[in-house]
Amino acid sequence: MLKQTALNAAHRALGAKMVDFSGWDMPLHYGSQIEEHHQVRRDAGMFDVSHMLAIDIEGPPARDFLRRLLANNTDRLQIPGKAMYSCLLNEQGGVLDDLIVYYMREDWFRVVVNAATCDKDVAWMEAQRDRFAPGLKLYPRREMAIVAVQGPQAREKVWQAVPELRLATELLKPFQAADCASYFVGRTGYTGEDGFEIVLPATQAPVFWEVLYAAGVKPIGLGARDTLRLEAGMNLYGQDMDETVTPLESGLAWTVDLIAERDFVGKAALKEQALTRDLFGLVLVDKGVLRSHQKVRTTYGDGEITSGSFAPTLDQSIALARLPKQIPIGELVQVEVREKLLSAKVVKYPFVRNGKSLIG
Amino acid sequence: MTIPNDLKYTKSHEWVRVEADGTVSVGITHHAQDLLGDMVYVESPKVGRQLAAGEECAVVESVKAASDVYAPIAGEVVAVNEAVTDAPEKINQDAYSAWMFKLKPANAADVNGLLDAAAYTAVVASEAH
Repeated sequence: MLKQTALNAAHRALGAKMVDFSGWDMPLHYGSQIEEHHQVRRDAGMFDVSHMLAIDIEGPPARDFLRRLLANNTDRLQIPGKAMYSCLLNEQGGVLDDLIVYYMREDWFRVVVNAATCDKDVAWMEAQRDRFAPGLKLYPRREMAIVAVQGPQAREKVWQAVPELRLATELLKPFQAADCASYFVGRTGYTGEDGFEIVLPATQAPVFWEVLYAAGVKPIGLGARDTLRLEAGMNLYGQDMDETVTPLESGLAWTVDLIAERDFVGKAALKEQALTRDLFGLVLVDKGVLRSHQKVRTTYGDGEITSGSFAPTLDQSIALARLPKQIPIGELVQVEVREKLLSAKVVKYPFVRNGKSLIG
Repeated sequence: MTIPNDLKYTKSHEWVRVEADGTVSVGITHHAQDLLGDMVYVESPKVGRQLAAGEECAVVESVKAASDVYAPIAGEVVAVNEAVTDAPEKINQDAYSAWMFKLKPANAADVNGLLDAAAYTAVVASEAH
């Protein structure tokens, strides 16, 4: 039996094609994945991401606990509402999950983790809590729904739909959040566009979804979510990184704090690691579509595509690929696609930000 | 009508139309495009290629996935639909007018061995269960 979010009936009423996503019955698209992709780049779309889990970390030792738990430098979270992306590592430096952490008060931080990994994450966090911060409370908030509203018009449409949110969220900068009664609103996302991610009680989610829909926000499925995040150069856990690789070989060195004195889980292993590979962007030069697990041949050694798809905004195929670290940007490489070799160019990513192509 | 009565079908979701000149047009069914979603790439066989029945001969790729297309019957490729190669979304818009390639059958009677609409409807239904 698949798990259902509070918006399951709403998806079905909108004609969604539903799929099993990590044990959840979720919308893949509501007709056309490509149209939904463009809708977010050009206007505003909403995503039900209630399969993800918000976990509240409460109690005075919360900050010290996170300093130990997370690879990113949580000491940079000084203004209440500030959010940060971080990996959760095991002792070997392997990536257990990636998450967003929100600093609300010294005794209240909130993290939002992936659906497929949430049970493992909670167990891991509880084990670390028992070691480093007994007395700290961890509250998985399964009674909450999460709705992301993304696109250049996303914030404006949220304010039209729920006017009382305007005052509290108008001044939020990117990667800031505000707790507004039943709505927890973060100016974050997974699309490369402006917008909000909103945590709210699941019981209120259907009405919230309805008023957004009435304000002209179109529903967007997980299919477009994947092409949007790929164009935005954002890693997908389980595909671009997992426990077998470290953030340093996953294009995430910028999220790891190896300079500060602070010790965190996995730090020692990362400092020891001899780095030979990293994530790079690929743009397909030949016709076709790049896909995950395709082999990449380069003069510096072989690599592998971790995420590949057709990119609707760019009208060509792009990929993230784990390649030999020394490969220069601009290098032409060969990708094994079925029985053929297709040419692709190594590029810096993100590929798209705020509706605009960033590749030449 | 998503499974027209005047066409023949395969278990692997190709449709086949016998044309007036004795060639057969081949495409993928409405059901197949619905499973795959938005089409973004079509790779057709080369004109002149001799195909055996069941041979992998083309590829359709949606945003989501790549899928092989198989020769429904043996024959020679005599035409390829460039309009579909250039605009794969035509398959989503109308699967049965978006033929991918035409075959000159090695044996015209082979078409009779393919599924009719009723048999293909049963194939689709059994997949849905």
